Amino acid sequence: MHTLQEYEGRTPAWCPGCGNFGIRKAFQQTMVELDLAPHQFTIVSGIGQAGKFPHYVRCNTFNGLHGRSLPVATGLKLANHAMPVFVFCGDGDCYGEGGNHLLNAMRRNVNLTLFVHDNQIYGLTKGQASPTSLEGTVSNTQPFGALSQPFNPMVLAVAMDCSFVARGYVGDIDHLKELMKEAINHQGFSLLDIFQPCVTFNKVNTYDWYKKRCYPVESTYDPSDRVEAFRRAMEFGERIPLGVLYRNQRPVFEEKVPVLREKPLVRQEPLFPRVDGMLEEFY
Amino acid sequence: MDYTIKIGGEAGQGVDTIGAILSKIFTRAGYHVFSHPDYESRVRGGHNFLQIRLADRPVTASRDIVDILVALDRQSIIAHEKELSADGMVVYDSAALGEKVEKPAFLDVPFTDMAIKQGGSKIMANTVATGAVLGMLGMDLGIAREVIRGELKKKDEHVIKANLDLVVAGHESATRNCSRCAFALPPGGQRKLLIAGNEAIGLGAVLSGCKFYSAYPMTPSTGIFSFVAGKALEYGIVVEQAEDEIAAINMALGASFGGVRSMTASSGGGFALMVEGLSLAGMTETPIVIGLAQRPGPATGLPTRTEQGELLFALYAGHGEFPRVIFAPGTPEQAIHLTNKAFDLAEKYQIPALVLSDQYLADSSWSYETLNLEELRNTDYRLRGETFRNLQSYKRHALTASGISPLGIPGDGPHLVVTDSDEHDEEGHIVEDAEMRRAMVQKRLLKKMPLIKTEIEPPTVYGSDKPEVVLVGWGSTYGVLKEVVERLSARNAAMLHFSEIYPFPGTQKLDYLALLRGAKRTICVEQNAMGKFASLMRSETGYTFDANILKYDGRPFTVESLSGEIDAYLAGV
Ligand SMILES: Cc1ncc(C[n+]2csc(CCOP(=O)(O)OP(=O)(O)O)c2C)c(N)n1
Ligand SMILES: [Mg+2]
Repeated sequence: MHTLQEYEGRTPAWCPGCGNFGIRKAFQQTMVELDLAPHQFTIVSGIGQAGKFPHYVRCNTFNGLHGRSLPVATGLKLANHAMPVFVFCGDGDCYGEGGNHLLNAMRRNVNLTLFVHDNQIYGLTKGQASPTSLEGTVSNTQPFGALSQPFNPMVLAVAMDCSFVARGYVGDIDHLKELMKEAINHQGFSLLDIFQPCVTFNKVNTYDWYKKRCYPVESTYDPSDRVEAFRRAMEFGERIPLGVLYRNQRPVFEEKVPVLREKPLVRQEPLFPRVDGMLEEFY
Repeated sequence: MDYTIKIGGEAGQGVDTIGAILSKIFTRAGYHVFSHPDYESRVRGGHNFLQIRLADRPVTASRDIVDILVALDRQSIIAHEKELSADGMVVYDSAALGEKVEKPAFLDVPFTDMAIKQGGSKIMANTVATGAVLGMLGMDLGIAREVIRGELKKKDEHVIKANLDLVVAGHESATRNCSRCAFALPPGGQRKLLIAGNEAIGLGAVLSGCKFYSAYPMTPSTGIFSFVAGKALEYGIVVEQAEDEIAAINMALGASFGGVRSMTASSGGGFALMVEGLSLAGMTETPIVIGLAQRPGPATGLPTRTEQGELLFALYAGHGEFPRVIFAPGTPEQAIHLTNKAFDLAEKYQIPALVLSDQYLADSSWSYETLNLEELRNTDYRLRGETFRNLQSYKRHALTASGISPLGIPGDGPHLVVTDSDEHDEEGHIVEDAEMRRAMVQKRLLKKMPLIKTEIEPPTVYGSDKPEVVLVGWGSTYGVLKEVVERLSARNAAMLHFSEIYPFPGTQKLDYLALLRGAKRTICVEQNAMGKFASLMRSETGYTFDANILKYDGRPFTVESLSGEIDAYLAGV
């Protein structure tokens, strides 16, 4: 049994009151409950306030480039699919800079868990509109307000037949923790989008804003019903559903790679092949 | 004996198939072969050719003179008839081309008609053409039968039989009708193997224990990808076609972080997309091998052609300062060994290592009696399993005297493996303080660079050891320079060829600067418009060549044209 202290990393450089603290707390509790020691899993993250996450949680870490954490995590998981690999990134990181990787991670269905810190803003670069910012969001680079429609990651994920699609909110840590556990335990690529108010730069999507709108899907909700999942995913206005919106049992990518059938790549021997006979095919 | 056989036709007509089978027959029969394809970026139509040089001694470049032209389309005649040697012959199918040429050098063999009548399908016209060439050369069909059987082993027996009959038919037709054919082959020697640059880089990767290869298709680098993919099952390699080159390099870095040797490769624009990832490898000290098969740019350029325009791009690619090595093999044999050395140094020093080639090397096939695979540098520098588990403590980016920190594998022990694209402390956590920054730059870059430099071998000298004329080159021009030096023997010439380019070789192991300074004329030969190597030489050593011969039309240097240019230059000075 592990204790919460074991997952205590460096002191966060987030703003006081930042929604990221709630994500950290829920995640640390999740690790305790799943009995995963810090060295047994790896977090891959990108750049942004969200990307700093693994420095503040003790764990193996690859804090890579802005937008590129999914490919790194994919390579890492294929190198060692026995190790849980979690991806933490911001809405800008994952839905903006790394959009193509998101599409392809959903297609591939490698057994990764993606946690998106969705504050509907670019936090680290001081408040520009992100892909999930509401239309009209005014910033130093959007003087006339954001002119594009906000991106709805839940709808996209259901459309892509993403293996696990869920949304949480830091206002309800227990609920978030349960979602984290479900996402991690799900076999396949899992997306957990987490509302996380940016108290410094996002004056619209505040704790109050989310509190008024977010509701947990009812216990009778069936996340295997894709059409209903679309309906719920599209609900983004006066009411916004939280919980597992969609789930399927698609086969996991690594199970389809013949080379990975026996054991993880990193455990396979010999490290260097025997050379005899290798030239024969060229004669 | 030194014959050039050129096969020309539209894309999709089978130029490659005929070329591959003929080359295999020649090498199996013990002759030396050098072949290079010239193709357009299209799947059907246009004009492609493949040129095979067949000789009884090692040959390493293409010639301008053609002895047998296999014309599968009219364009082949229009474009290449003028290249025929005095006894040169064109073999063609007048019915298929819709034109009968009444010249003594033209041999009409009804490839298509024979294929349909005797084989039942016009696809087999290529087999008739293959037989015809063998007949013109006066080669017997024993080995040809063996090779054709081997190539078609997955086909039905009746298909194999039809092809064997047609190769005989083509052979007979040529033997009967080519009274002018004066080709004569001496007996062949020991069987040879035939390997292209891309295959050699792929083989080098497999031999070095590469376990993960991710890439996005781009000519001319794709051959490395397909070679490695073909070996995936047998050698336990995960290959993944990434969504783009940015993903490709990041996946390879993720796999390398996970503890396996990884590689990616691309060309021009694909490599341009990888540049941020290259810098990430530098910062996180994650070993990676990157293949860069050059083609003419800028932008999409000439996708299927050759150039050496990216030397300085490969050297300066990536924001910030970090160490790297760049190798530019000149032959498939060097490609195997330098790819292996790239894997070794990448892991030993935890750096990106680039293997720079180009379309010419990638697609040219060379013959060898055998290749020495014994002297591979295969050492595992990672801390795995027990070794890692038993460490008292562990810091991924520990400050050490050599600058090399312990490379652990996440999950293998109780220690955490942490790395960051931000500047970080010894544990790998993000920091900003000036002192740690200085210490990390010293560790990562300044301490490692001189060590890496000691690993670099000097350039190769070939020819006279006190030369008056020195031809200098790097990468894929090795073969042509070598042959040109042989032709220039009366002028007391030598070749100085660089294949380990960065860190730039010092003069301790070989004083190449003394060699250059002792010569009357030094000429740097490069396949680009600006003399990229010449300027690197100048900036690294202060040495300026007397002249540069530059070619930037996307076509490789050939023996006659390059020696002609050099002769003209030497005559003028
Ligand atoms: C290639 C690249 N482009 C831009 C940046 C600058 N940058 C850093 S973080 C960021 C956006 C952060 O927003 P988000 O991903 O939503 O994370 P948050 O800070 O809100 O958690 C940007 C644009 C960068 N580091 N790299
Ligand atoms: Mg954000």
